[in-house]
Amino acid sequence: MELKTDSNLEKVLRAGHFAVTGEVGPPRGSDPEAVREKAAHLVGKVDAVNITDCQTAMVRMSSWAASLICKSMGLEPNYQMVCRDRNRIAMQSDILGAYAMGLNTMLCLSGDHPSFGDHPMASNVHDLDSIQLIQMVRGMMDDGKFQGGAEIKRPPKMFIGAAANPFGDPFELRVLRLAKKVAAGADFIQTQCIYNMQKFRDYMKMAVDKGLHEKTYILAGVTPLKSAGMAKYMATKVPGMDVPDDVVKRIASAPKEKQAEEGIKFLCEQIEEMREIEGVAGIHLMAIEWEHKVPEILEQAKCLPRPQV
Amino acid sequence: MITAERKPIEEIMEYVKPYKKILLLGCNECVTVCYAGGRKEVGILASALSMAFLKQGQKVEIDELTLERQCDPEYVEELARTIQQYDAVCSMACGCGVQTIAGRYKDKPVYPMVNTKFMGASERQGVWAERCQGCGDCVLAFTGGICPVARCSKRIFNGPCGGSSGGKCEIDPNVDCAWQLIWDRLKALGRTDLYERIMPAKDWRAARDGGPRKIVREDLLA
Repeated sequence: MELKTDSNLEKVLRAGHFAVTGEVGPPRGSDPEAVREKAAHLVGKVDAVNITDCQTAMVRMSSWAASLICKSMGLEPNYQMVCRDRNRIAMQSDILGAYAMGLNTMLCLSGDHPSFGDHPMASNVHDLDSIQLIQMVRGMMDDGKFQGGAEIKRPPKMFIGAAANPFGDPFELRVLRLAKKVAAGADFIQTQCIYNMQKFRDYMKMAVDKGLHEKTYILAGVTPLKSAGMAKYMATKVPGMDVPDDVVKRIASAPKEKQAEEGIKFLCEQIEEMREIEGVAGIHLMAIEWEHKVPEILEQAKCLPRPQV
Repeated sequence: MITAERKPIEEIMEYVKPYKKILLLGCNECVTVCYAGGRKEVGILASALSMAFLKQGQKVEIDELTLERQCDPEYVEELARTIQQYDAVCSMACGCGVQTIAGRYKDKPVYPMVNTKFMGASERQGVWAERCQGCGDCVLAFTGGICPVARCSKRIFNGPCGGSSGGKCEIDPNVDCAWQLIWDRLKALGRTDLYERIMPAKDWRAARDGGPRKIVREDLLA
């Protein structure tokens, strides 16, 4: 087994295990305890934990700082970086710094538009797009060069991730764009939250037909539905999200105090199904503001214990 | 063309109130076509200002004039003999026109009467939309004639992002997803192969990021 990086996620995936990643959103303040509190629930339960980068365009503690806090707790951070806020100079600088501090897994994203957050008046950088960011990190690592061409002393070795949304439009482009991310150098992919299993199966079939599952590891994104209200919100208010009516109905038909339980049950069934879908290398569990439930969910979904590699 | 919208009258009043005699100066080019600062709009603003001043018990003398092009020294020179009689020039041209006046008549205050918006095209009567950001290195040949720099909210070169829904952009259901338009065009042209190429990181030097830009045509220099 030849490893390109020190990433635990890479080790787990290359060893052929069904990987599990989690997510922690940094706080809207400078208290490291706020990170530790959320992250503590995930220690030992996931192979890597995504640390989001000012998600929904709200100012939060920086992803690299929160990543370091998580790392100090024994978690493997998946350092997220969006193209919205930094130009390529700042991005490369942050990548060097992150690697210097022991981060070795990162996720390259476009980022939510500033109009969604609390600084809609901010400049919207996008010097690079997410695919160009992947290319840049790949070049830093494989060629040992900055994008400007100069040599890097001790090039960063990152296990490079990218996101994919199987449910955005136009559907026929979704796998083609995934292929571009893979061609750009993405080692692994984490998808947007999946609720429409049939559409996800169709997507994976197209990806497998293109042989993409042999060039990258695809982790299926899942988010537990806590209530009927959340299901309806996800179905109607979140761009690029596809929650079929029967899923909303299923959660809504449970009594209010049992809806969360039903959401977890549905999620566990999804994970069970995903294990059987060709090309799915693991799951990415985004239990937003529900981190304390992660151990219970992963236990129920038979994802524990995590492999030691 | 360059599009513009007239500033609110309250803002204009703030600029103008110290003066007794002003020249309200229109432009016969882009701002005429987009109904922001041509001869007709000069007339409308002159009346509105006169009335607003009258209401405040103030009197201001307003002369109206519309130049062929305010961004051209040849036409701006026409003001040389008359400009001294005015306390200030209120330009209804785009920012290029305002600055040409300011550059030529260095001791004369000049105020913008419009907000210059973007390089755009008319979609239908009364509607203009952004089409070009003047990035200095046109990619339309590869994107089916639809510009990702001007028309994608994230100026993504390898789109669409995950927020494209039903052909619309995630930021606003009234905004078309540029990459949906690009894809539709590439399909219609039988050139979907163009999509599969990764468009490399852009060299923004050709755009504004390289500093203020200038074109010098040696063959035309006098």
